[in-house]
Amino acid sequence: MRAAIECSALGAKTALICKSLLGKAHTVMAEGGVAAALAHVDAQDSWRTHFQDTLFGGKYLNNWRMAELHAREAPERVRELERWGAVFDRTPDGKILQRAFGGHTYRRLAHVGDRTGLELIRTLQDKGVHQGIDVFMECTITKLLQDDERVCGAFGYWRETGRFVVYRAKAVVLATGGIGKCYKITSNSWESTGDGHALGYEAGAELVDMEFVQFHPTGMVWPPGVMGLLVTEAVRGEGGILRNNQGERFMEKYDPKRMELSTRDVVARAIYTEVKEGRGSPHGGCFLDISHRKAPYVRQKLPSMYHQFKELADVDITKEPMEVGPTGHYIMGGIKVDADTGASGVPGLYAAGECTGGVNGANRLGGNSLSDLLVFGRRAGAGAAEYASRAAPPRIDPTQVENAAGEMLGFFERPGAEDPYKLHVDLQNTMQNLAGIFREEKDLTVAMARLEDLQQRAAHVGVVEGQRMYNPGWHLCRDLHNMLICSQAIVRAALLRKESRGAHSRLDFPKYDAYWGEHNIVIKKEPGGMKVQARPVVKVAELIPLVEEKKAKETK
Amino acid sequence: MSIRTFSVWRGDRNGGRFVEYPVEVEEGMVVLDAIHQIQRTQAQDLACRWNCKAAKCGSCGAEVNGRPRLMCKTRLDALPAGEMVRIQPLKTFPVIRDLVTDVSWNYQINKKIPPFAPRPGASWVMRQQDVNRVQEFRKCIECFLCQNVCHVLREHERKSEFYGPRFFVRIASLQMHPLDSLDRRPLLKNEAGLGLCNITKCCTEVCPEDIHITDNAIIPLKERVVDRYYDPVQILLRKIRGAKVKNAPGE
Repeated sequence: MRAAIECSALGAKTALICKSLLGKAHTVMAEGGVAAALAHVDAQDSWRTHFQDTLFGGKYLNNWRMAELHAREAPERVRELERWGAVFDRTPDGKILQRAFGGHTYRRLAHVGDRTGLELIRTLQDKGVHQGIDVFMECTITKLLQDDERVCGAFGYWRETGRFVVYRAKAVVLATGGIGKCYKITSNSWESTGDGHALGYEAGAELVDMEFVQFHPTGMVWPPGVMGLLVTEAVRGEGGILRNNQGERFMEKYDPKRMELSTRDVVARAIYTEVKEGRGSPHGGCFLDISHRKAPYVRQKLPSMYHQFKELADVDITKEPMEVGPTGHYIMGGIKVDADTGASGVPGLYAAGECTGGVNGANRLGGNSLSDLLVFGRRAGAGAAEYASRAAPPRIDPTQVENAAGEMLGFFERPGAEDPYKLHVDLQNTMQNLAGIFREEKDLTVAMARLEDLQQRAAHVGVVEGQRMYNPGWHLCRDLHNMLICSQAIVRAALLRKESRGAHSRLDFPKYDAYWGEHNIVIKKEPGGMKVQARPVVKVAELIPLVEEKKAKETK
Repeated sequence: MSIRTFSVWRGDRNGGRFVEYPVEVEEGMVVLDAIHQIQRTQAQDLACRWNCKAAKCGSCGAEVNGRPRLMCKTRLDALPAGEMVRIQPLKTFPVIRDLVTDVSWNYQINKKIPPFAPRPGASWVMRQQDVNRVQEFRKCIECFLCQNVCHVLREHERKSEFYGPRFFVRIASLQMHPLDSLDRRPLLKNEAGLGLCNITKCCTEVCPEDIHITDNAIIPLKERVVDRYYDPVQILLRKIRGAKVKNAPGE
């Protein structure tokens, strides 16, 4: 939405295409806040520290230029939101309040209780709508149309009617979010099937850092229906303590310096290890306790967590601890883009947000995703508008449209077809069990073989019941295609990275490796299939002193 | 694990009927889990909207045993044990298919409301106590359950002259923003049809975010409209001064 606003503000005729209804996207689940070095609470904060924290969190695999722009521009993007009507929580002297979060040196997250994502989405929605952007809701894009190499439009279907639609466009910005639905335990919604990752890949764009999937340390583990549902890091930001079934504050063992506010990769591994070694809670998680804070304070700062546990799990978090465990949450990897413009390697194709890779490196800090989508949404919107202003009119190739339509209709012409729901469950189990928090060569090799088998089966999935009108079974048939591409990218990259770093933990290579500390993994579609290769990290010479300073500090 | 029967409305614009599905019930399960199980195992084309499954996106509203609810938040053990669970789409909006309704009217209304317009030169200093009320309104997740249950829309179908509780909350969030500069009272009195609301509080009752829609949004807005148009002292003063109406104090 931020990209669309920028595009339209620059005078380009802009359409916003949503897979769901407008304002329902997964950003509503971003609870804790938006990271920006406003220095309202801790005056020492600056973009430099935010940059350093982001790089430390990402284990120095981040695209430095992206991390720099992100840290520099986030404060202005937050102030801009306020001018557009967002109402953040306030400091005693009436400024935007900021809270502590994992991996951030200072209190840095501007927030609205624990519903910051909703505030952001609603503000952008109203800004965009009143700026005259055309919004097309419940429309799923299945193919980018290309004129030679250049992207010149998109093909999709309307959920409501099942009819097809073709958009002609001089430029396309992908902002499709994550891949959470590849995993069984996830905080993500049905939409998070890696559509942008797959669309970009198939159009010839490069994917980077796909092995880094963030497992958020705290998801609900009980009751079964809500397993994986997010418990915001703000609980720990507000002083929540993690304990095992012995009552030990186990983070003392894993990161005595940062404790509960260590980076997400560390906390997730710690919880996983505690559970695996028999010190878990009754439902296979650990305990997260905020009951030492006063009840009215908890209800004011964490209202939706209070209600979530009260209503779904019969737990009063002001009195008793929550049971939590890791849940698939976010992918650091995605389309490789130019930091300044959001341009992918494919002319006319731009991307922003979770479907891109680079700013977060090997692990994302909490709060950096909302700032990421504001900073790079704006930049990608501007980049696309600029490109469109000088691009030739788009030419649509009718054969591509026919093929795309044929693919969608093909799902109806498979008697005795493979059941898409069953295939999805098998895919999720494969990824969860073999390419999850801890990985090793033999598991990943099995995963690769299973994915190939699933790929074969996916060629036979079809609609078991119903017609084209609002048919979720039909939609899933196509979503599987995208999830399979992303899953393969994740597993292939994970196999290649023979070390443990950030969110990627190899049991067979538990240490950092000097070579891999300097290289990203880039994936591209080649005639022979998926090509995976290492490429040096994108650095910025002027920023070397800042990075060296941080490295020195952290090794002390 | 036990089996419960769900009676789900299946159909489209041309009509439909309730179809019964047996569902294996687990501890702590919510209605949306049951719908997903039915999709997975018995009716792959069963249409329903959902996203976050955490009561934060407001997509999965439906009428469960006759009461508008978010399916992701409605626990089966909170419904009468042993009885069939009856699920149907929101009545106030035209059905598209099964549990999915056409809520586009709400988006059209939202577009008509003049957006936030900060006072020029505003300092952007705001006290927490001055934004608490606005923050309450901004909790709205646009599930439209309040619109669904409001009798002005549901029974009297006056969508052409009444914006409904959701949008009174939206207008209140703008009107009570400490730095906003517009007067939306003429809109409230005329196009938005605020006067049609006779404060039965049905909207407040179904709000999953516990927004005090009637008490904190609608009634104060009604008071502001009255102040602007019907306060005899103000009318007199305006006559004496011959002045045009200015914003009421505190706006």
